[in-house]
Amino acid sequence: MAKASFEVPEITGVTEVPKIEPDTMAHLETFRAKPEFMEALGFPGEMPEDWKEKTLEAMGDMLKKYRSLQVFLDSCVKCGACTDKCHYFLGTADPKNMPVARQDLLRKVYRRYFTLAGKFFPKLVGAVDLTKEVIDEWYNYYHQCSQCRRCSVFCPYGIDTAEISMAAREIMDRIGVGDKYCNEIIGKVYRIGNNLGLPEPALADTLEGLEEDVFDETGVNVRYPLDEKGAEILLVTPSADFFAEPHVDGLMGYGKVFHEAGVSWTLSSYASEAANFGMFIGSYENMRKISLRIRKAALDLGVKRIVFGECGHAWRVAYAFLNTLAGPFDFLDPDYPVPQHILEFTWGEIQKGTLNIDKSANDDMVVTFHDSCNVARATRMGDKPGGQFEIPRNVIKAVCNNYVDMPEGTIKEATFCCGGGGGLLTDDLMELRVKGAKPRMDALKSATDEYGVTHMAAICAICKSQFTKVIPYYGFDMDQIVSVHQLVSNALILTGQQEEGEEESEEDAA
Amino acid sequence: MSFLTITIAALFYAATAIFVLGLLYRIWLYAKVPAPLKIATTPAPVTKGGVVLRMFREVAFFESLFKSNKLLWILAVLFHFGLLLVLLRHLRYFIEPVPLVVELIQPFGKYAAFAMIIGLLGLWARRFLIDRVRYITAPSDHLMLALLVLIGLSGASMTFVAHTDIVGLKDFVMGLLTFDLKPLPADFLLVVHLFLVSVLMIVFPYSKLLHGVGVFFSPTRNMVDNPREQRHVAKWARKLEEENS
Repeated sequence: MAKASFEVPEITGVTEVPKIEPDTMAHLETFRAKPEFMEALGFPGEMPEDWKEKTLEAMGDMLKKYRSLQVFLDSCVKCGACTDKCHYFLGTADPKNMPVARQDLLRKVYRRYFTLAGKFFPKLVGAVDLTKEVIDEWYNYYHQCSQCRRCSVFCPYGIDTAEISMAAREIMDRIGVGDKYCNEIIGKVYRIGNNLGLPEPALADTLEGLEEDVFDETGVNVRYPLDEKGAEILLVTPSADFFAEPHVDGLMGYGKVFHEAGVSWTLSSYASEAANFGMFIGSYENMRKISLRIRKAALDLGVKRIVFGECGHAWRVAYAFLNTLAGPFDFLDPDYPVPQHILEFTWGEIQKGTLNIDKSANDDMVVTFHDSCNVARATRMGDKPGGQFEIPRNVIKAVCNNYVDMPEGTIKEATFCCGGGGGLLTDDLMELRVKGAKPRMDALKSATDEYGVTHMAAICAICKSQFTKVIPYYGFDMDQIVSVHQLVSNALILTGQQEEGEEESEEDAA
Repeated sequence: MSFLTITIAALFYAATAIFVLGLLYRIWLYAKVPAPLKIATTPAPVTKGGVVLRMFREVAFFESLFKSNKLLWILAVLFHFGLLLVLLRHLRYFIEPVPLVVELIQPFGKYAAFAMIIGLLGLWARRFLIDRVRYITAPSDHLMLALLVLIGLSGASMTFVAHTDIVGLKDFVMGLLTFDLKPLPADFLLVVHLFLVSVLMIVFPYSKLLHGVGVFFSPTRNMVDNPREQRHVAKWARKLEEENS
C-alpha cells in the first residue's frame, strides 16, 4: 500500500454519507500559475489594484453570456438533494464540498452585488462582501470540483455545479488568479501541440516503436501513421495515449482496429491532443482556440472523418462543443458523425463482422467498467440516448467472456468520478484525489467481493492515470486498470497473424 | 370604505403588480441570456418533443428529485401538489359562476391544505435534523417556510376552525377584479391570510421561489441532445468568429 501524509479512508464496499466536518479540506490549495503562464492565455499576470471591481465586472459579464450561470444562481432552494452526491464530499466530509455549498461560495457574492435582497438584507439571505479571503476560498474549493456533473443529475432544477466551477475559474483567471496545472498545460498545447509537450520527432519515434512492438507480437505490419496527408481518418487522442500505461495499450488497439477495418488513418502532430483544458478553466476563448487546431489539422491533412480516442472530458468537448467551437465541418464526409468516438467505430466494425475476435484471450480477467463522468453525463455515443453506456459495454462483452457491472447507483448516469477529473490531476492535490476516489473504490471492492472482479476498464486518459496512481492506496494493484481498446487489442486476431495463443486456447478448452 | 379594506386592497394591487412585473422581468432576462454551449445532462432527448416530455416529467413528477432522495421527494410532492389543489380550489373566489371543475376540486382542495402543511413541516424539520441541510440553511430559508406555514394554517383555520364570511370575501374579491371596491369582512384570520399571501407574492420574484421559473430555463434540462447534427452558436460567440476566424 502506498504511503500517505493524510488519512486514507477505509473502504467497506458501501459508501456511507459522512457527518459533516467543516474545513477538513480548507488547507488544500493547488499551486497558482506564474504570471508568464497567465499572460500566455490572455489573462493578467497578477491581481490588479482594482481586483474587486474587476471581479464583479467579470461576474457581470459572465451572467450576460451564460444562461446557466444566471438561472442556476437564482434557482437553488437549498433543498439538499445534492448534498450527499459529490464524491469529494463523500470522501472528505468537508461540507463545502457539497455541491450546493460549493455553489454558495459564488452565490453569496452574486446575491450581495447583483440582487435586491442581498443588497438590502445580506445577513438574511446569506450574502457576503467580496474580500480577498472570499477569493482564496473560491480558489481552494473551485479546485476541489472535478466538473463531473453528478449533482446535476439529482438536482430538481438541473443545477450543474460544473457550470459554476467553470465560471468561477474564469472569473479568477480574469483577475490574475489561475492554477498552475491547467494553465501551464494549455500553454504547452499552444506552443507544442499537446498537453505533455511531446514534439513531432518524439511522437514519430514513439509511433515507430509501437509499430515494432505490434510486429514483434503478431508478425503483422500494423501502421501508426503521423501527419499523413490524404488519410481518410484523423485520429485525435489524449497525448497520454502515446506513452502512459495502460493508455498506450489502448492506442495499439485503435491502430489494430483501423488496420483490420481497412481504412487509412493518421495522427496529427499539430493537433496531437484530444483533451481540451480550456473547458476546465471555463474559458470559451481558450477552448475555441484549442479546438480550432483540430479543424486546421483536418483541413491540412485533407481527411474525410475525425475520430476521437478514449478520453472523457475530451469527448465532451468533442461531442458536445466541437461543432459549435470549430464547425461547421461541411468539408468532411457527411455520412459519418463529426466527430466519431473510437468506440462507435469499433462497435460498428464488430457489428459488420470485420474483426476476428478470440474472446478467450481475456479469460484471465473478470472485467468491470468505470463509466467516465463526462462521457456518461455530457455526451452520447451512437444514435440513442444512453448509447454512451451501452456501446462500451457491448464492445467489452464482445471481446471478454467475463463482464460484470459495479452496483447500481455507482454506474451509468449515477457514475462516480475517478477523483482526478476537471483539471485536478496534479500531485499537489493528491489528498483530494485519493479521498475523492473513495466512492468508486467502494464500488470496486463490492464488485470484487461479490464477483471476483480482477480488472476495471476505463475510457478516459484522466481516469486511467488517476486510478493507476490512487488505487494502491486502497490495496488494489495499478495493473488492474485497463483500457477498453487494450481488451480489444488482446482479443483481436489480425489477418495473417502468427497465433501462438491458438494452441493455448485449445488446451484451455480441453 | 374602511381603512382595512383600502389597505388590503392597495396591498393586493401592489403585490400583484410586483409579482407579475417581477416575473416577467425574470423571464425576459432568462430568455435574453444565451446558452452558448450544448450542456444537456445526458442521457437526454434527441428531439424537441422529447425535451418537452422531459420537462413535463420534471415539473409534474419531480423526476430528478425522485432519483435523489425519496423522503424529500414525498415531502416536496405533498407540499407542491397540496398547494396546487388549494390554489385551484381558490378559483371559486375569483370566478362567478363557479365552474364545475372547481366545484369538483373543492372537497379535495379543502383537505389538500393538510398535505401542504405536513409537507412544509417535514421540509422544515429537515433543516434542523439533517446536519448537511442545517449547514446550507440561511435565515431566509426558515422565514420562507414560516411564511408558507402561516399562510397554510391561517387558511385552513378559516375552513376547518372558524369560518369566515365567504360571501363577503367573494364580494370583496370580485370588487378587486372589477376595480369596484367592496368592504372586506373584518376577520382577523382572513386579514392575516391575505396579508401573508401579499408578502409571498412580493417576495416571489426576488427570492429562491424563482425556481418555479428557473426550471423551465435550465439548460441541462431544456436542451436537445443533437450537437453533432445541428450547429449551435450564440450571438456573442459568432462575433468571436468574425473577429478572428
